[in-house]
Amino acid sequence: MFEASDLNIHNQRAEKLWRLLFLMMTLLLILPVLIILGVLIHKGGPMISIDFLFTEPKDGMTAGGIFPALVGTVWLVAVALLASVPVGVAAALYLSEYAPDNWLTRAINLAIINLAGVPSIVHALFGVGAFVLFFRFGTSILAASLTLAVMTLPVVIVATRESLQAVPQAFREACWNMGATRWQTIRKVVLPNSVSGILTGIILEVSRTAGETAPIMFTGAAFFLPFLPQSVFDQTMAMSLHLFVISTQVPGVPEALPFGVALVLITMVLVMNAVSIAFRMVLRSKKKW
Amino acid sequence: MSRVTPASIPDTQVMDRRNLDWYVDKAVQVLVFVGGVSAILFIIGIFVFITKEGFGFLTTTFDAQEFFTSPRWRPTSEHNPTYGALALIVGTASVTGLAMLVAVPFSLGAAIYIGEFATGKTREALKVLVELLAAIPSVVWGFIGLSMMNPLIIKLFNVPVGLNVLNAGVILGLMAAPIMTTIAEDSLKAVPDGYREAAEALGATRWQVIFKVVLPAAKNGLVAAVLLGVGRGFGETMAVLMASGHSINLPTSIFDSVRALTATIAAELGETAVGSDHYRALFTLGIFLFLITFLINLTADLVVRGIRKK
Repeated sequence: MFEASDLNIHNQRAEKLWRLLFLMMTLLLILPVLIILGVLIHKGGPMISIDFLFTEPKDGMTAGGIFPALVGTVWLVAVALLASVPVGVAAALYLSEYAPDNWLTRAINLAIINLAGVPSIVHALFGVGAFVLFFRFGTSILAASLTLAVMTLPVVIVATRESLQAVPQAFREACWNMGATRWQTIRKVVLPNSVSGILTGIILEVSRTAGETAPIMFTGAAFFLPFLPQSVFDQTMAMSLHLFVISTQVPGVPEALPFGVALVLITMVLVMNAVSIAFRMVLRSKKKW
Repeated sequence: MSRVTPASIPDTQVMDRRNLDWYVDKAVQVLVFVGGVSAILFIIGIFVFITKEGFGFLTTTFDAQEFFTSPRWRPTSEHNPTYGALALIVGTASVTGLAMLVAVPFSLGAAIYIGEFATGKTREALKVLVELLAAIPSVVWGFIGLSMMNPLIIKLFNVPVGLNVLNAGVILGLMAAPIMTTIAEDSLKAVPDGYREAAEALGATRWQVIFKVVLPAAKNGLVAAVLLGVGRGFGETMAVLMASGHSINLPTSIFDSVRALTATIAAELGETAVGSDHYRALFTLGIFLFLITFLINLTADLVVRGIRKK
């Protein structure tokens, strides 16, 4: 009955072509990740063993495992979280539950965007000037973790604010009508309904923090330390810096070794990210309102 | 919550709302306010502390003309140290420029495909993959530049060294692409469906809708996406340090090695004595980087706010 006119056919073809072009662009963007993962697994996979994960580097870091670096990264991330999560959650609570729409709130939002945009090496300089020298923490886990905390603060704030704002306003109003104070409302209604979203943000922050190198180079991470840190005032090795050191600074490293370190580092980061993403999807599908 | 029955409350207490709950509420309000303002304090703190460390250089040895026009960065020379940052600025700019040439078309293309064509599960899967791309740490990207791109470039183009503008530019492009894709896709999503429906009702085809209606309407967000990508490129440290070759050079082709501002700080800070001219000069580079990225982020924010006002 209806026959496609020449114009119709032309248009359909054009659309198919455009669609194909954009699909190719998307795939070309994603393809490198898959290739990179493939090569890392291929070259680094054989390195991975229980021994590799749980022994110290040997022979001037040209052999042996990565245990001190793994432990060091855990220390750095844990202390950074202890510092940034309370501040970040408080900031998000203020922005979502209290802040009026005025110049101060706009300034805070601008500051958060800028905090996320400041180059990591500038955060490192800040860490040296503020934590290492001014507050006299020296090059230590404490100084490095605080630097990381300031740097990743925007991640916590943005994720927390989003999940707080996802709680319907009606929940709060119902609670206020019962005579509850603002804080009671937040503690009994808003936080319980957004805690899993906040956790998602924190996991994301862990993955960001674990991979950072520049901010810890001069504030607390050491090239090589044959023992584990005992307190937050010690220096420590870290996975990210270890990868940098053995791939650029140490001569005579066997080719597979840095691949193994890179594979462990990227696995930590990607697994954490995947958990965060999966968590978010489950949450979205379970949402009752 | 206080658990008194109404009958037991004396009149005076009913009038006085200042019980424990009231004080807790006020205390929390102050605490979260401090948390909220902390972001501003940190930004100011960053500026104050890097300026404090770099100030001695700015007021004495610093020579603006030398800094911006001389390519001679020789801070360790014993007799006549020079602090010309031109080669570093050009290095950063060339790597970021190439990265944008790679990343802008691909990120916008990917944003259009994810936002306008893909549906359901495909869309979710693509978004997750883009997010994972963003998760790869910069030191791993640097390692990829060193161990995979380097031999590849030497082989493909038959050049002696594969650590150059091309290597760092492509790596940086891949690093900047996810954030640009995400923000661009957000701004496409912010275009009301009514616009698309109106255009389709007039007989426009899908791609006509995209090019004539959606993209112009999302223009500001797309500009902001590119700006944030540029900011990312300027500030990236480890990947550029490892993949660019790190030699002071005014590049004449994409196969020349260069050195970036960020990489210079990362490579040299460890060797300097606190308070020396060299140390302060590196902090001055930091001030310069801070101001540039601050400006870029401010502009991007103003551009985005432009759409919201409309």
